[in-house]
Amino acid sequence: MKILVPLKRVADPDNANKVKIPAAGDKIETTGLEWKPNPFDEYALEAALRLTENGQTPKVRAGEVVVVTFGPKETEQTLRAALATGADRAIRIDTTDDKLDGDLVARALAALIEKEKPDVVVMGKQAVDGDSNQVGQILAELLDWPMATFAATIKEEAGALVVSREVDGGVATMRVKLPAIVTVDLRIVAPTSVYSTKTAATFKYNDGVRFAALPAIMAAKKKLLVEIKLADLAADQALKVEYKAFQAPPARKAGIKVKDVTELVTRLKNEAKVL
Amino acid sequence: MATTPEPLSLDSLISIDALLTDEERMIRDTVRRFVRERYLPRAAELFAKEQFATDLIPELAAMGLLGGSLTGYGCAGMNSVAYGLAVQELEYGDSGLRSFVSVQGSLAMWPIWKYGSEEQKQRFLPKMAAAEIIGCFGLTEPDSGSDPGSMTTRARTDGDHYVLNGTKMWITSAPVAHLAVVWAKVDDGGPESIRGFIVERGMPGFETPTIHGKMSLRASPTGEIVLTDVRVPKASMLPNVMGLKGPLGCLTQARFGISWGALGAARACYDAALAYARTRVQFDKPIASKQLIQEQLVEMAMEIAKGQIMALHYGRLKDTSGISPIQVSLCKKNNVAWALKIARTARGILGGNGILLDYPVVRHMLNLESVYTYEGTNEVHTLILGNALTGHNAF
Ligand SMILES: Cc1cc2nc3c(=O)[nH]c(=O)nc-3n(C[C@H](O)[C@H](O)[C@H](O)COP(=O)(O)OP(=O)(O)OC[C@H]3O[C@@H](n4cnc5c(N)ncnc54)[C@H](O)[C@@H]3O)c2cc1C
Repeated sequence: MKILVPLKRVADPDNANKVKIPAAGDKIETTGLEWKPNPFDEYALEAALRLTENGQTPKVRAGEVVVVTFGPKETEQTLRAALATGADRAIRIDTTDDKLDGDLVARALAALIEKEKPDVVVMGKQAVDGDSNQVGQILAELLDWPMATFAATIKEEAGALVVSREVDGGVATMRVKLPAIVTVDLRIVAPTSVYSTKTAATFKYNDGVRFAALPAIMAAKKKLLVEIKLADLAADQALKVEYKAFQAPPARKAGIKVKDVTELVTRLKNEAKVL
Repeated sequence: MATTPEPLSLDSLISIDALLTDEERMIRDTVRRFVRERYLPRAAELFAKEQFATDLIPELAAMGLLGGSLTGYGCAGMNSVAYGLAVQELEYGDSGLRSFVSVQGSLAMWPIWKYGSEEQKQRFLPKMAAAEIIGCFGLTEPDSGSDPGSMTTRARTDGDHYVLNGTKMWITSAPVAHLAVVWAKVDDGGPESIRGFIVERGMPGFETPTIHGKMSLRASPTGEIVLTDVRVPKASMLPNVMGLKGPLGCLTQARFGISWGALGAARACYDAALAYARTRVQFDKPIASKQLIQEQLVEMAMEIAKGQIMALHYGRLKDTSGISPIQVSLCKKNNVAWALKIARTARGILGGNGILLDYPVVRHMLNLESVYTYEGTNEVHTLILGNALTGHNAF
């Protein structure tokens, strides 16, 4: 099975307080930010790796995982990290973040998919910076492929994937024929979430995403990483989403300390009005 | 209250990133993440319960951290700087975790890699890199610490075997080890007769009682090695070294790693002290706004910066023209002594909370007491440097 995994780097979500917005409010200041791969994209990569191996040590690859990102030269760091973690090959589509929206990303990915012909696109359900949650869905529409969003488990069958997602009060399970788009939620990295046809049903992964082996980090440089111009994938680069203004969330007011439970209950009743 | 600007991070102050390769940075970041996700959530509990995280050993192996600076035989072949950065991140977690990795790589695998026969290397190293075999290093004895030449463990020749007798003390990982690299004097010889022996668990007369009640390195199992007429085939002796330079060569390797590792513990203490000082309000202001506290934080940051720059310098040198044991002593002495002082200062900054295991500081402080003593006490390194600088041996 051949899987395409789109990756995006985002400002370190654990250091969100470093995100600065200039007084003009026209943009987000990105200088000095620490970049991390979007967590949901890391989960997508982990799911894709699990789908292309047999779960045994030493790992035997049973397929190909191609990672792709949009961005300037520095974003190759994100790709190299993915190659070190186990992806087979990488593509960087040269552009900058401010020249993109979900629609253009989906159109460019659709054009790339025409060339690469993967069996599945596994991607994060959303990027934690813009939280738009739309690229997977637009992409499925453009390609006219079946899609399964917010996947919590994926099980490979011949020519199809059985995908479950958590919904209010239960689990919805669907079977999508390949080729298909799957967007993943955080449960996908639980020990028994993903099974390829070659992985024993009794096999348990470590919880979470895998850590790159240090020799693999040193070898990642030797894996293929190609650059494609955005123009070669999307002639029309007009954006459909325009950001009007940015505003930092209001600073949180200091909390109060209550003397005793009686005061707490009174305040919850009269001030917070939650009782 | 006016919002204070984001403080300058130690990483930005020291700025070694630009001097590292992409791979070195990625190795550091990967180990950093491993420690934060896998080890730190359990660090206090493991320390409190005097438990070693055996379940993490396969993951350490899968990442290539065991014997990570050795080449061939299934080892990762990292350069000295990448290896140093990795152990520094491990010790940000706990000195016990780092000690396990140091002992396996520098004290058990390295002597086999450096002094062993080809058969010994083939037989042991790949399995040790994969954590199928855990090793330990037996040099210290109850009556022989800083002066290892005074050891009394003996190997007596008996046909095509040696018969080992003696007791080794304070041996990291001994209780969990499958093999021990044991140093012993041969027959009636003096220090020049010292040889290394690979002693395997299961050989009759080989025992490793655990030392309980340590108030330091509680997350690393320490034991004795008791050898009672242990018959070891001659093929288990390390053929390519004789005398004290055998064990001392191993120590030079381990001490290099420790001088990076100690920086990790120091950084963890600095991070905790800084975060605490910025939020703890006394006399209506965060204690970080007090000059006395700032002086302490500045000294901590300054010494970490100096130690880091020194470690990087000697690391690069080790990979190019090589470094001497004296330079390694300089790094070990400086970085460990400062790490311990930094931990104690951080302990003070946290006030009463500084003695709780809820914060990493007292755990690091207690751990560093061992790091200060093992691999050459602080005084021993002073004497090594004093001898080198003056030409007078003061041991
Ligand atoms: C947790 C832990 C783990 C350890 N792991 C290992 C291991 O895996 N393998 C191993 O072989 N050993 C191990 N050791 C032993 C360690 O290396 C020794 O403790 C160390 O070498 C000091 O020896 P000692 O404890 O006998 O102290 P001593 O040598 O008795 O020293 C006592 C004090 O006297 C000072 N001193 C000694 N000689 C002089 C001198 N000439 N001039 C001035 N001062 C002097 C010392 O600096 C020290 O302050 C470990 C120790 C600890 C605490």
